[in-house]
Amino acid sequence: MAPLLEIKDLHAEISGGRKIIDGMNLTINPGEVHAIMGPNGAGKSTLSYVLSGKPGYEITGGEVIFRGVNLLELSPDERAAQGLFLCFQYPLEIPGVSNMAFLHTAVNSQRRKRGETELTSPELVRKVRELGQTLGINAEMLKRPVNVGFSGGEKKRNETLQMMLLEPYLCVLDEADSGLDIDALKVVSNGVNALRSPERSMLVITHYQRLLDYIVPDVVHVFAAGRIVHTGGKELALELEATGYAQYQNEAA
Amino acid sequence: MAAPTSAQIRPMKTSAELALAETFAAARAALPGGPDVAAQRAAAFGTFADAGLPHRRVEAWRYTDLRALMREARPLAAPPDAEAKSRAATAGAMLAGLGFRRLVLVNGALVPELSDLAGLEAGLSIRSMADALTTGDTLTAQLGQTVASSDAVLALNTALMGDGVVLHVAAGAVIERPVELVFVTTETTPVSMFTRSIVVVEEGASLTLIESHEGPSGVAYQVNTALDLVVGAGATVERVKITAEGSDAVHLATVLARVDATATFANTFFTTGGLVVRNQLLAHLAGEAIHARMNGVSLLSGKQHADTLLSVDHAAPAGESRESFRAVLDGSAQDIFQGKIAVRQPAQKTDARMLSRALLLTETAEACAKPELEIFADDVQCGHGCTTGTLDQQLKFYLMSRGIPAKESEALLIQAFVGEVLDAIGNEGVRSALTDATQAWLLGRE
Ligand SMILES: Nc1ncnc2c1ncn2[C@@H]1O[C@H](COP(=O)(O)OP(=O)(O)OP(=O)(O)O)[C@@H](O)[C@H]1O
Ligand SMILES: [Mg+2]
Repeated sequence: MAPLLEIKDLHAEISGGRKIIDGMNLTINPGEVHAIMGPNGAGKSTLSYVLSGKPGYEITGGEVIFRGVNLLELSPDERAAQGLFLCFQYPLEIPGVSNMAFLHTAVNSQRRKRGETELTSPELVRKVRELGQTLGINAEMLKRPVNVGFSGGEKKRNETLQMMLLEPYLCVLDEADSGLDIDALKVVSNGVNALRSPERSMLVITHYQRLLDYIVPDVVHVFAAGRIVHTGGKELALELEATGYAQYQNEAA
Repeated sequence: MAAPTSAQIRPMKTSAELALAETFAAARAALPGGPDVAAQRAAAFGTFADAGLPHRRVEAWRYTDLRALMREARPLAAPPDAEAKSRAATAGAMLAGLGFRRLVLVNGALVPELSDLAGLEAGLSIRSMADALTTGDTLTAQLGQTVASSDAVLALNTALMGDGVVLHVAAGAVIERPVELVFVTTETTPVSMFTRSIVVVEEGASLTLIESHEGPSGVAYQVNTALDLVVGAGATVERVKITAEGSDAVHLATVLARVDATATFANTFFTTGGLVVRNQLLAHLAGEAIHARMNGVSLLSGKQHADTLLSVDHAAPAGESRESFRAVLDGSAQDIFQGKIAVRQPAQKTDARMLSRALLLTETAEACAKPELEIFADDVQCGHGCTTGTLDQQLKFYLMSRGIPAKESEALLIQAFVGEVLDAIGNEGVRSALTDATQAWLLGRE
């Protein structure tokens, strides 16, 4: 079986700035859930941005193959249509763009690019409402501008809604748990778990083992100074909780 | 001691000014109206001749130097012939199909056979300005009386006004069906048109008035249009003015609006066309407790230059006014916004707010805003602000990361930017037509 994602010796820096990703290797097979844990500032969010094609980063080496294509050659929207989804650590507010209109445009842009038939408004509204219900997002929130005035937890639910609607092959979750209360954590985790399937993989970036009680990973990586320095099973998360990253930071240095 | 000089301090006439003087001399005898009107024209031309075309030392025209921008004055358009009328039949496509009462003015003249003058609602009367001037009409006595102005471009309009619409809504009449004035230029040689209209909406009456201007691209025609508008006590007027002139047109428009007590007046400018566009709206908020909303959207590209001059004159207590302008500038377009809120001493409890925002899509586009407050009352709430910015790249990335292509992501953000103004338009058909026109403009960008 071909891997879903292969990151090979990736080097990336902030344009005109310093190197953040420094020789990163990672292979994710279809259906696997990988967790990435690591100290603040290690480059985890940067990795998620580099994968999704955010401007402002320079790839200085290596390659990323996603579902058989060279991911780094695609624009962010093409990457999304190819099945990559980034759940933002800090979702942005978009004044003046209603959540529903945004979802409609996003879904149909992707479907168009893949040569699929577009969803009609009623089809989309029905689907969004159904998913919204499972995530505690009501009709009023769907009418509001994207994330404007949403609480931290509501923003994360909204990210999860987008992800469930867009049905990506790879979900990159950057601190999906940050800012969530216990109930919201369960709601979001349930949403993520509902998406688990033999074809779909997850890359879960988190600081806390707690999230991994809900979204149980197959593999846990320690990420420090721009690369993966240690890999283990789900029990590694518990160990890290006890020991911290000190030993791995030495390893990375 | 130096001898006093006898030389007159008069600016040298430009060739356009000389041509306008010739035009007036040649046309004045044939222009519509009796002796009173002729005297009014002569006085107005005198005002124009003294001032000349506005230039950068005239404060209100500082950023739109017509002396430089209008090198030539075009000959007056001839009355439309059969061919012109047939070409005008497809005009006003943007709002076609909305069922509005359409009045079509071709090359500056109202064309009855293209206009919907049948079955006027009770209380609504409409006639041609040329007729009204020729045969006399009590309403034309109000021309230029609604708001005092010595503006040279307005004076030129008064001197040379040919045709337009005289529209009256009787007290208490609620005219449900919007009235749409379609101004279309069909001439493919450069001509000039001077149209003047007067709209009086009496006490407690209501009217939705749409005005659109269009013409051929690549033809340097000139439009000078003016409107005297009276919004009577307790009346409601919503006006939307669409400037979609051809690529090389010079379009100069003046509105003199008087708003009486407790009336509601809403005005929206929507500008996409014309090489040089000037919209001046002088609103005299004469009565107590009025509500006024004066908004605008400009979508400009290439070398387009649009200048909005807004004068909001609160003369009576407890009025509320809101002004919101948005400019989206591509290419090396320029947008000017000059907005002045004046609050006279009796106008206590005035609540006036003005905001202009420009979005620059290129490094060569330019926006300039000059807000002014002049307040003589002490118990008021007034504010104004202006911002100029570029598209938020973080937001654009967020949209693209959801699969929305670059251009559509930009379009979504720009729609949101202008949406705030368009969404305030009361008539749903107009609102969605202008939203569609914005989308078409956005997707047509290079
Ligand atoms: N645009 C930028 N300009 C300059 N430095 C940046 C920029 N973006 C990120 N950095 C720096 O790159 C490093 C990696 O940041 P990143 O956000 O990827 O870390 P992280 O592992 O996600 O941290 P956290 O756990 O706190 O979320 C940090 O030192 C950060 O300050
Ligand atoms: Mg981070």
